[in-house]
Amino acid sequence: MLSIDNLHVSVEGKPILNGINLDVRAGEIHAIMGPNGSGKSTLSSVIAGNEDYEVTKGDIVYKNENIIELSPEERAHKGIFMSFQYPVEIPGITVTNFIKTAINSNLKARNENEMPANKMLKKIREKAELLEIDSKFLSRSLNEGFSGGEKKRNEIFQMAMLEPSLSILDETDSGLDIDALKIVANGVNKLKNKNNAVIVITHYQRLLDYIVPDYVHVLHQGKIVKSGDKELAHQLEEKGYDWIK
Amino acid sequence: MSLADKLVSSFLAFELDINIQTPVHIKRTQALKEFEKLGFPTKKDEAWKYTSLKSILKEDFTIFSKKKNVLEFKNVKNYFLDNTETYKIVFVDGFFDPFLSQTSHDGVDICILSAALTKSVYSKIISKYFDTSINTKDSLSLINTAFAKEGVYVHIPKNKILEKPIEVLHFATGNEAALMLQPRNLIVVEKNAQVEIIETHQSLTENSIFTNSVTEIFVGENAHLDYYKIQNDRLNSSLIDNTYVSQEQNSLAKVHTFSFGGKLTRNNLNYFQKGSYINSTMKGITIIDENQLVDHHTLVDHAKPNCESHQDYKGIYSGKSTGVFNGKIVVDRIAQKTNAFQQNNNILLNDKSTINSKPQLEIFADDVKCSHGCTIGQLDQDALFYLRARGIPKKEAEALLTYAFANNVLESVNIPSVKSRIKKIIANKLGVDLGFDL
Repeated sequence: MLSIDNLHVSVEGKPILNGINLDVRAGEIHAIMGPNGSGKSTLSSVIAGNEDYEVTKGDIVYKNENIIELSPEERAHKGIFMSFQYPVEIPGITVTNFIKTAINSNLKARNENEMPANKMLKKIREKAELLEIDSKFLSRSLNEGFSGGEKKRNEIFQMAMLEPSLSILDETDSGLDIDALKIVANGVNKLKNKNNAVIVITHYQRLLDYIVPDYVHVLHQGKIVKSGDKELAHQLEEKGYDWIK
Repeated sequence: MSLADKLVSSFLAFELDINIQTPVHIKRTQALKEFEKLGFPTKKDEAWKYTSLKSILKEDFTIFSKKKNVLEFKNVKNYFLDNTETYKIVFVDGFFDPFLSQTSHDGVDICILSAALTKSVYSKIISKYFDTSINTKDSLSLINTAFAKEGVYVHIPKNKILEKPIEVLHFATGNEAALMLQPRNLIVVEKNAQVEIIETHQSLTENSIFTNSVTEIFVGENAHLDYYKIQNDRLNSSLIDNTYVSQEQNSLAKVHTFSFGGKLTRNNLNYFQKGSYINSTMKGITIIDENQLVDHHTLVDHAKPNCESHQDYKGIYSGKSTGVFNGKIVVDRIAQKTNAFQQNNNILLNDKSTINSKPQLEIFADDVKCSHGCTIGQLDQDALFYLRARGIPKKEAEALLTYAFANNVLESVNIPSVKSRIKKIIANKLGVDLGFDL
């Protein structure tokens, strides 16, 4: 589904990623771990199409298409989703209107009809329930005054609504207490199937107790320095990152 | 001949058409004399530093439209509010159109100034209010007074709460290559009365229109005024709107100004507080592009204690457009416990557009709360990426953020059909179809 080949990325001339190779197939969960500043969030932003980052070398091939030149919205239309580490607060747009607009934009881009209002409402209710989101919450302004946990739950709610093929969860566990973490992880697991894939980006092993990865990769100084299965995450938890460097 | 000269020399012809043996005509002639002395403002005048009338004044405007053009309702239907019962006062090329209008004399007077100036039954109100609140140093108001003849006349007597809003529409049919219009409006809302008014100027062709409008509004004790100005005219139309609101104690007067169209639009919005516990609210959304200019000059004169004023103007500028905001707040020595709030937020969508924003606070009392804030920025790039990453295309994402930016001004619009019209215009202006209701 996703194949990253020798990816080099710079921000304002400063190299951040220095030759990333990663293959993700449908049905898989990959965890990318690493210390602060190793390039984890850069990698997720680049896959999602953030134009602040400059790809200087290498390719990102998604569903057999090189997506490096595609805009963020085009990538979203093709089924790429990123759960933001810091979801942006947008006063004046409600969660409901935002998600309606997003869904219909995606349908329109795929030349499909807009979702009828009753179907939309039903889906919103269903997915809100999955993530134990109060209906009052949906009529609030997007992320405005949300707690850290509410923001992250709202991200996974959007993921549930949009049903992407490839989801990148960027530090989704940060700012979550254990109850919220379980709700979010449960949501992700329920949405997982053999046709989609998830990349979990995290500093800590904690989330991986609930979202169990097939592969674990360690990122250091912009390169994947070690890959393994879920046992690697446990080793990192015990020994820290120093032994890998 | 300059437009100023043309106006002065047309006055004799104007006098042939009206009754000159009236107190009102004395005011007209005095105003003309003052105008002759002052002429039109230039960029040398402090209040006109950022807005030049030069390009307008060099055009050869017809001062009196010759022919009465008839409009069919079906052709202009779109400019009226949908799904809302309203009174209507409609002018076509400066003439009252009785067929498109729906006036009333049923316990209120919702009609036209030409009637009010000539019929004796209105003389008491006219002599009490007409031309009593304008700035006698403002040449544009003066030249309007000199030719004051037609416009809106609204009188809502004591305790009357008007159920239906009043729509005021000024159409220009393009019957002259370039036409100057000078509507003169008088609105009197007596004690405990309430009224809602929506004003629109609409040219129907690409011919030049220059409207210099004066509206005097008197809001009595405990009365409510809710006034909406929808400025979405064609790019060859310019508008100078001089509005004077005088308020008595405990009254509430809100003016919303929505500026999207027009070549040059200048809003001189003046509030005079004449009692205590008054609330004066001014809000605006400006979205312009190309070579458009919108200039908001507000003045609030806090002359009595315990009053408040709220100003909230949002502007979004693209193309080579220019915005001006000048908010003057005067707090007299005796106006203790004044609460004056002013906010002007602007977004420049490119580096060719300009905004000149200037708060002007003159505070002579010591126990007051006055705050003002001005911001100039771009759309939040992180927010834009967030929306795009969810599949919302760039243009729509920008529109959505623009909506969000302007939303708190829209929230205070009390008439649903006005709100939906404004939203439609905004979507249209931004070239998107959002397909939802915020």
